Amino acid sequence: MTPDLVGGVESPDYASHDRAGHGPYKPVFTGDLKRELDELLTRYPNKMAALLPALWIVQREHSWVSEEAMVEVAELLDLTPAYVKGVVTFYTMYHQHPVGRYFIQVCTTSPCGICGAEDVVKAFLRHTNTGELGITSPDGKFTVIEVECLGACGFATPVMVNEEFIESVTPDKVPELLSRLK
Amino acid sequence: MGFPHHPHPRETPVLSQYFGDAEARTLDGWKKRGGYKALEKALGMQPADIVNIVKESGLRGRGGAGFPTGMKWSFMKPGDGKPHYLCCNADESEPGTFKDRELMRWTPHALVEGCAIGAYAIGAETAYVYIRGEFTEPLYWMEQAVKEAYAAGIIGKNAMGTGKRVDVHVHKGAGAYICGEETALMNSLEGRRGNPRIKPPFPAVSGVFGMPTTINNVETLIASAPILMNGAEWYKKMSLSNPKSTGTKLFSVCGNVQRPGTYEVQMGFPFKEFLYDLCGGPLHGRKFKAVIPGGASVPIQTMDEAEATLMDYEGFVAQGSMLGSGGVIVIDDAQPMVTVIARIARFFAHESCAQCTQCREGTAWTTKILERIRDGEGTTEDLDTLLDIAEQMTGKTICVLSDSCAVPVVSGIKKFRGEFEALIQGRKFHPVIAAVA
Repeated sequence: MTPDLVGGVESPDYASHDRAGHGPYKPVFTGDLKRELDELLTRYPNKMAALLPALWIVQREHSWVSEEAMVEVAELLDLTPAYVKGVVTFYTMYHQHPVGRYFIQVCTTSPCGICGAEDVVKAFLRHTNTGELGITSPDGKFTVIEVECLGACGFATPVMVNEEFIESVTPDKVPELLSRLK
Repeated sequence: MGFPHHPHPRETPVLSQYFGDAEARTLDGWKKRGGYKALEKALGMQPADIVNIVKESGLRGRGGAGFPTGMKWSFMKPGDGKPHYLCCNADESEPGTFKDRELMRWTPHALVEGCAIGAYAIGAETAYVYIRGEFTEPLYWMEQAVKEAYAAGIIGKNAMGTGKRVDVHVHKGAGAYICGEETALMNSLEGRRGNPRIKPPFPAVSGVFGMPTTINNVETLIASAPILMNGAEWYKKMSLSNPKSTGTKLFSVCGNVQRPGTYEVQMGFPFKEFLYDLCGGPLHGRKFKAVIPGGASVPIQTMDEAEATLMDYEGFVAQGSMLGSGGVIVIDDAQPMVTVIARIARFFAHESCAQCTQCREGTAWTTKILERIRDGEGTTEDLDTLLDIAEQMTGKTICVLSDSCAVPVVSGIKKFRGEFEALIQGRKFHPVIAAVA
């Protein structure tokens, strides 16, 4: 169930579908979003420092960070696309592939692990019909992954559904929780 | 304050007194509770005097290393003609630690105030609060608090009408434990991969954007406000034991325990009473087996060690561990230690930034070997191999992530060797059956 370790870094392939079926790239930073970026740039002494915030805006709007988006961000911040890709690939929270409409992250690090987090993961895999970590369900609705320490260890097991943070999830609460996600 | 439970009478809630109080999150509510008085006082003082009071109070860094805060601030030389920066390390990701999360989501204005005081004291006009990306709720409340504080003129180019500039910005991380390491945090803030930097140069000489920088933990900065209001003597007097550990400390408790949550006690509080009285002791029918008292990267304590501990920087060291971040992970007799330690190693293997060979390879191989032992496929040489790898991983890398992975492995093998050997010899782990159903 847990992915193999390759050279010290876990490399789960979150991709369950590729670029096929996606339309032409629409730039993110126009109108209000360009103004949002311009405001962000005033907070830092150089443009590069706005890279992480800019990538967050991309992901908020497109739900993932495509290579086209990396090129767009690179141009805006006077960086190279290769540099931007290097940064994107370092951070686990930027999706480099499309994911399910609901991206579910279950904490299984030791403190949650000793409180039964593995069973919560199993319940999510069963009830979302994904079956396997990192795989999107056939209806495109759910992707479930294990995540390292969400920092809410006293509320085992914490789960993140997109931006929503849910505390104290137990296996029996999973069906009800999923039924809220349309 | 025992959050999310009722405060325990033996706690000393100073920083945590408003946990669970939704009104304290708003500017009006915070002001009603005495908020921003400390900042007002600070802006009327000389920065050097603030540094001296904090130095005198004995406040030490609450993020893990315990470096004296006043001394750290005094490294920032005034009048060097360079912009100074304050970074608040809110990338809390040490397994077992969630105190900063509670501080930010219940008292966000306390952190804005702490950042503004800290920035002014070190001659910085800009403070960045680097919050981990998973903390959506703390991020929301911090952004609200910053917005409210700007709108009310508390921070900005004319902070509280004093003509002094103090900017506070929230910066969202993107899922990397290593960005809690101060030099990796600065790289990340600059828009780079979060690889730690070689020291020296130290941040106070060349930090974020190449300028003199101080990095402080959330709890440290928040503690500066009550110290300014009540004085250094008041803070020092709260120590119950060693005069080198002053004030109160937040401990976040998790694992196999009756009342997990965030507790605030005076430095030097007896750990045994903390675990059995405040936290309610073990789950029904179970017994405590081990404690990891300061987040996953400190040595594991046996219960004999834990029960003899006084909860301060020196007290944990005297009993074979460290205070660390104050993230207390309690493990009971139903948990196989090998599984617990293997999972900790997997965490570090996942979070290694992979720039140093000892760490990249060491964390991965440590995980593989531990998981092999856990699955009953270990060999008799495995324990020596693990200890040998741990030796190679200690003190040889740019940052201490590698050491942090080795520490629980070495202390685990040393203190619970029987469990490792039993698995290697083909005996399964059988938790003690509960006496009472």
